[in-house]
Amino acid sequence: MTAQATLPRHAGAAAAEAPLLSVRDLTLHIPVPPHVLRAVDGVSFDLRRGETLGLVGESGSGKTLTALTLMRLLEPPLDHLPRGQVVLDGQDLMLLTETRMSALRGHAISMVFQEPMTSLNPVMTVGRQIAEPLMRHLGLPTRAAMARAEEMLRLVGIPDPARVLRAYPHLLSGGMRQRAMIAIALACRPLVLVADEPTTALDVTVQAQILELLTELQREMGSAILLITHDLAVIAETAHRVAVMYAGRIVEEAPVAELFADPRHPYARGLLASIPRIERMPPATLPEIPGMVPGPAERPIGCAFMPRCARAISGCAAEPPPLAEVAPGHRVACWNPVHG
Amino acid sequence: MSAAAAPPQSQSGRIWSRFRRHRLALAGGFVVALLLASALFAPLLAPQDPTLLDTALRFRPPFADWHFPLGTDELGRDTLSRLLWGGRVSLTVGLVAMITTVMTGALIGITAGFIGGFVDTLLMRFVDTMLCFPQVFLLLVVAAFVPPTLLSISLIIGLTSWMEVSRIVRAEILNLKEQDFVAAARALGASRTRIMFRELLPNAAAPILVAATLKVASAVLMESYISYLGYGVQPPLASWGNMLTNAQGYFDTVPWLAILPGVAITLTVMGFNFLGDGLRDALDPRLRMDP
Repeated sequence: MTAQATLPRHAGAAAAEAPLLSVRDLTLHIPVPPHVLRAVDGVSFDLRRGETLGLVGESGSGKTLTALTLMRLLEPPLDHLPRGQVVLDGQDLMLLTETRMSALRGHAISMVFQEPMTSLNPVMTVGRQIAEPLMRHLGLPTRAAMARAEEMLRLVGIPDPARVLRAYPHLLSGGMRQRAMIAIALACRPLVLVADEPTTALDVTVQAQILELLTELQREMGSAILLITHDLAVIAETAHRVAVMYAGRIVEEAPVAELFADPRHPYARGLLASIPRIERMPPATLPEIPGMVPGPAERPIGCAFMPRCARAISGCAAEPPPLAEVAPGHRVACWNPVHG
Repeated sequence: MSAAAAPPQSQSGRIWSRFRRHRLALAGGFVVALLLASALFAPLLAPQDPTLLDTALRFRPPFADWHFPLGTDELGRDTLSRLLWGGRVSLTVGLVAMITTVMTGALIGITAGFIGGFVDTLLMRFVDTMLCFPQVFLLLVVAAFVPPTLLSISLIIGLTSWMEVSRIVRAEILNLKEQDFVAAARALGASRTRIMFRELLPNAAAPILVAATLKVASAVLMESYISYLGYGVQPPLASWGNMLTNAQGYFDTVPWLAILPGVAITLTVMGFNFLGDGLRDALDPRLRMDP
């Protein structure tokens, strides 16, 4: 489906390398008088070259805000609130001026959004939209940029790229538009791609194709992907490691297989148990986690999950648990984790 | 994976087919095209020099003499020639004023809408203030201090009528800037200026185009007002407005001198208004997106 690699190949994933993107204690506390909404609350993770880290969590757990914060895409009045470090290839993005940051966006770090139907400019041709970042960041002349754009369209598996190049977005289907979005985001071969629910708006068959495409392009370009989703099936299919978010914090982080086989945090365990399985016959009632994500007002001082947790012990209310390693590469933030 | 289906009709094709169904707009467009052509080719079409006086041939009635198809005025000048040359003046003023209006209005509207906050409040209160004065009054005050030339008249009209455009553009930008493609453009490193003028402004083209068309009509009308009141285009240069001024003394005896420029103004204003209405319907963003 995908065309031959017309661009130079990078070496494949190498887990031992130093992290490409290193997020340390990323925090976004939004004052909502009289409370403070801890939307992102000390998130730390590493992303290596050629690796996909899945960030899962339910709506409102802070996944998207984490992404927007690390891309420095928050709009005023939120833009001066984030704290922490986001080190990409040796430089801390949080310290850059807006001008320098926008020179990196779309070049070193890029993003694909959830809604392919509305993420393309309706009055600009698809080719032009792919060519723009190439002209902006790599200084390519128009003709060369358009040639590269056509190459990118072929690379993301769009048939008849020469025609789509001159087409306006409304002529394309949702799946095609998401392919075009991916072509735009990857045009400058970014080190890191942030994909915020890239397949949520698509139907299941197209979803699988897009995920496959992302994996394939990643192999080819060696980019690291931060894949944000609420869909554990997407994670299982695509990611190498998973971080589970709850109420603005990462509560568990592990290689995909390990998390699915041996979740230690009660929330992660509950999340996995709530996935419907075909082999579970006769159909059983899906277990659910009682209660709701706490709002800013009823947020406990200690572990945010405590009010809903069956394994809560006396210490949970006092202090939020730190993310501690329980096995190599497997970290859990829980005072009373489940033992495998 | 499905290939992009060949569209049965391009976007411009759809807009044209919707526009065509609007009979009045089509007629308006035709009239506008005719007026523009006659203004453009006035030097070729006019049978006489529009400023040539001949007091021996005053007040010739229309259709009486093929030398003066629409008669002559109080100084014996050929009315048809004056109408054609006057149309050139009136339409030039209309178009230049429209361009001034649209540029000023779009710039202020996009700045207010995109930057928002204090800047928005400041600019919009300025718009409110400008709207408090009747436009004719503003025009006359400024015109009393600025020597009337074609350019100064156009600029004065343009600079006193951009407020509606700025409100339209601001409203459009407020809506557009929340759209995903703007966030996507930022995520790809587009600067704010680039987003304003490359991403947002082209998306607001439809309402701007409609407003521009309607503004030509009102600018032609404004030019007639101020020329009629003696602050506009100065004799001997003909404009429809000052033709009306000259005609008012003879309205009871030779009414066609007033009726003819009146008809010209009416046709122009109606033509542009119908054209604008038709464009509004054809470019309606709610109809623009196809399934």
